[in-house]
Amino acid sequence: MIRIENVSKSFGDKKVLKNVSAEFEQGKTNLIIGQSGSGKTIMMSICTGLVEPDEGEVFFNDRRFSNLPERKRRDIRKEMGVLFQGGALFDSMNVEENVMFPLNMFTKMSYKDKLDRVDFCLKRVNLENSNKLKTKELSGGMMKRVAIARAIANNPKYLFCDEPNSGLDPKTSELIDALISEITEEYNITTIINTHDMNSVIKIGQRINFLYRGQLWWKGDKNSILTTENKELQEFVFATELTRRLR
Amino acid sequence: MLRKIGDYVILMGQALRRPPKFSIFRRQLVHEFYSLGVTSFLIVAILSVFVGAVAAILVAYNIDNPLLPDLMIGFVTRQMVIQEFSPTIICIILAGKLGSQIASELGTMRVTQQIDALQVMGINAANYLIMPKIIACLLFIPVLIIFSIFLGIYGGYVACDILNIISTEDYVLGLRSWFDPWTVTFALIKTVVFSFIIASVSSFIGYNVNGGSVEVGKASTDGVVYSSILIIFFDLILTQMLLS
Repeated sequence: MIRIENVSKSFGDKKVLKNVSAEFEQGKTNLIIGQSGSGKTIMMSICTGLVEPDEGEVFFNDRRFSNLPERKRRDIRKEMGVLFQGGALFDSMNVEENVMFPLNMFTKMSYKDKLDRVDFCLKRVNLENSNKLKTKELSGGMMKRVAIARAIANNPKYLFCDEPNSGLDPKTSELIDALISEITEEYNITTIINTHDMNSVIKIGQRINFLYRGQLWWKGDKNSILTTENKELQEFVFATELTRRLR
Repeated sequence: MLRKIGDYVILMGQALRRPPKFSIFRRQLVHEFYSLGVTSFLIVAILSVFVGAVAAILVAYNIDNPLLPDLMIGFVTRQMVIQEFSPTIICIILAGKLGSQIASELGTMRVTQQIDALQVMGINAANYLIMPKIIACLLFIPVLIIFSIFLGIYGGYVACDILNIISTEDYVLGLRSWFDPWTVTFALIKTVVFSFIIASVSSFIGYNVNGGSVEVGKASTDGVVYSSILIIFFDLILTQMLLS
């Protein structure tokens, strides 16, 4: 479980997060949703330690993570897997080297064991026999899948996904959503997904946190979000013509 | 300005640490040797031969005095190539090639979140990415400069031979006259300092890119400009310190 307590963050005069507290449950897909500029990305960056909060704390299973020197965070970091918006694959490496990278850095496994683990992870994301492909040869969906394979290679306890569906067609988006959801349940991972894709919200939103102007405005799940009386959330959920008509 | 210097010192403090896994560092270093060093041989070779030839022609033109012996052309060409042309001019050319390469590579990694990915994994990204580049430059650029010195002197020899400026025997005699080994040490000391400037300044600029492709392009240019200015600045200081 990941817990954030009273987290605030400002950039100059602009307050991006205002006293946000939330809990992200283990074995569930925890979504952070909200409009662009609502503070989703900063909240995730604070959780992953890329940005320090001005106030408040972040805990990973009751282990404090925020405002600690980097060497003291290393043990928790080894338990994290992150899927970045663009995949963030290392373009000097091929698919196999990308997925093997965390194993090379943090384990003493033999090359054969590492290769077996890479093959397993690639098979898990339906990319078997893609080991030697260069990153420039991959489509957007394949990049995301390789990034997922890299994220799970080291058996993470916490998985962070920053807009996993951005730039993907609806079918591939569904595939990525399903994959993240399956992996979360299969390995009992605490997964946090940052998204504004309503399809993902309805499909995999087991726990949903709605951010509005830097504040945690609403909490719920994929069922309660459709019947909410919260005006700001309604505006967000039914913002498109399609969702309005379906409503 | 002071803040930038402080940030640079902090980044170098992070980068120049003992690598956690030597086998991975060694692999990175070999990659950088090829990427930064081996691929620079051709441009260094071409420039050195021409610079040496031009140096010989210029010396011959400027000391066209019957009281000065012909061997002076070989002597002055050698001194110019060893003390200034190879270590300084070639390093400025390398600042253009390697500086832009390093800054744009790291800048692209920054804007595509590859550096963030390393940091989230708990890897010291500065150490992993920058240290192999600095070590590769510190070890390989001096080799390139020694190579450049030989080719520059050979360029002068070819100019004398083809253009009949002086006899090649006089040129070689000049090369062998009044040789002071300290000039080579001086050239190598300068080269090591310039190599560090090229790798570290360009890395600092590329590593701290904030934005998109426009900023990566700007970082690439800044890497070259700042490295070149610092090379000239330290050239003056080192020349005064080591030769006064």
